[in-house]
Amino acid sequence: MSSAQIEIQLIASLVAIACAIPGTFLVLRKMALITDAISHSILPGIVIGFFITHDLSSPLLIILAAASGVITVILVEFIQKTGLVKEDTAIGLVFPALFSIGIILIAQNANDVHLDIDAVLLGELAFAPFDRLILEGADVGPKSLWIIGSILLITLGLLFAFFKELKVSTFDAGLASALGLSPIVMHYGLMTISSITTVGAFDAVGAILVIALMIAPAATAYLLTNDLKKMLLLSVLFGVSSAIGGYWMAHALDTSISGSMTTVLGLVFLFVYLFAPDKGLFSVLYRQKQQRIEVSLLTFLLHLGNHKEEEERHVKHLNEHINWQKVQSKSVLDLALKNNMITIDNDIVSLTNKGKNFTTEAIDYILTNKNSEIENMKDRFFLFRG
Amino acid sequence: MENKIAVQIDDLTVAYNYKPVLWDIDLAIPEGVLMAIVGPNGAGKSTLIKSILDIIKPIAGSIQIYGKSYKKQRSLVAYVPQKGSVDWDFPTTALDVVMMGTYGSLGWIKRPGQKEKKAALEALEKVGMLSFKNRQISQLSGGQQQRIFLARALVQNASIYFMDEPFQGVDATTEKAIINILKELRKAGKTVIVVHHDLQTVPEYFDWVTFLNVKKIATGPVKDIFNDDNLTKTYGINYKVSVQG
Repeated sequence: MSSAQIEIQLIASLVAIACAIPGTFLVLRKMALITDAISHSILPGIVIGFFITHDLSSPLLIILAAASGVITVILVEFIQKTGLVKEDTAIGLVFPALFSIGIILIAQNANDVHLDIDAVLLGELAFAPFDRLILEGADVGPKSLWIIGSILLITLGLLFAFFKELKVSTFDAGLASALGLSPIVMHYGLMTISSITTVGAFDAVGAILVIALMIAPAATAYLLTNDLKKMLLLSVLFGVSSAIGGYWMAHALDTSISGSMTTVLGLVFLFVYLFAPDKGLFSVLYRQKQQRIEVSLLTFLLHLGNHKEEEERHVKHLNEHINWQKVQSKSVLDLALKNNMITIDNDIVSLTNKGKNFTTEAIDYILTNKNSEIENMKDRFFLFRG
Repeated sequence: MENKIAVQIDDLTVAYNYKPVLWDIDLAIPEGVLMAIVGPNGAGKSTLIKSILDIIKPIAGSIQIYGKSYKKQRSLVAYVPQKGSVDWDFPTTALDVVMMGTYGSLGWIKRPGQKEKKAALEALEKVGMLSFKNRQISQLSGGQQQRIFLARALVQNASIYFMDEPFQGVDATTEKAIINILKELRKAGKTVIVVHHDLQTVPEYFDWVTFLNVKKIATGPVKDIFNDDNLTKTYGINYKVSVQG
């Protein structure tokens, strides 16, 4: 690996971490769409900053862009508060307006400034190592690395300091407010950090990938854990691994780095969405199938318990008497047999003692829903679960 | 005899988009009562609580907790919001939610430690939820979630408790368990204020009641003012409830 390659991967990883942290809270606050808005509407801030400083990595430019990000949020909330339109409409109104101001500014001054829309939208990570930070004549590394590194440090510092406040205001803003832990400060703090991170990452990965890096890793992590700290760690992990994986994919296919990273992010999400242990699609489908069998089994056992007459308990009659279109009667019979709940004698099905007890207990559980007994009931009742 | 005033509200008016939701409310809640706030949907019951807790800014009037503003008396007040006001899919455990009750006394930045954890475990024990402490909150039933919220308020060890519909969507067992805890709080000299929907249970559960429908209709001891007259004034239709003793 050349030093440029290492630098690119390092920048991409830091960007991924810096995005994953605010992204986690944005996903939990159901504010994913606002990052889309911010990433576009910071354009006028960038352009104006660039006109003043003629330097894409100047701190003034970052401050102006972050300010236009926060203005976006304020405008969206203002329009929403009128009660005339909903939040999504308000977002859809605000960010194209600000974005178009940026585009007009660029187009009008296209001859004087070296700033094109493609670079802004897609970014060009491959060029990042060429723009060096020179301190007293010494080359200390790519500018982007220093910018995103500083933003990441600030983000991490704020996260450690205000983790508790962020958590409570995200989960229950009313309580946070009553406790005096101002959820409004947390809200605008998070919006400011998201804006700053977006600007910092912008130069390297462009407006589109910034959204992906904020939302996709957090959404993926959300499917895998029920613990906020683990969710943050997993988001960071998914972000970094997709960033590095995307880089090598681009290397292999000789294509756009940011495009490849976004693709990898999407593929990782798809994989987890399908195969996550609890919340994944296959696991949900499997659980639904098992529930269907459980309910059928219980219906079947109930029927047996209610009927002493033999014709009602004949294997062939059971198909007609119990509505079993969705579950094969054979699988229910097999299951009941396997668990020693029934015996079959000359095609006549009878409940065993175990089957009788199980049925009574299960009915009791369903009718009373006694919370205290759920724990020990569960293992016996839900036969298929771990 | 209750004589000390826990919550004093004068001329309170709250409006959303210039439409008054609460209009010129005067209300004095004596210390040590277990009070129900009743009124139809949209009467401003939750808004009243949220205004007292400084979550909503009123356009006029003043609210005092033991003679001072809420900001100065925060530590004396605990709050149980409506269960539906939060996302129960949030990635956290029952114990962690209860710990949030300690965040107020901790103040900014400081993290909860062993002392806070112990208090949270005790509160969980009180509401009968200790064995669920590590359960992810989405895996709890509606009644269990409400108990967790109650435990979170208990952990604040406050003097005044505000509860927004604590019996909504809970089973009968949980309702009994919650009301018993509220009665214990009153016995310990605390003031408990509950937004309540089930008029039938008012005489059994509460000793004080406030009728609210944008304006305050009446407030006082249940045995004196919980009658058809006030119910009709509040709900606007002829209301008949059998009021015992």
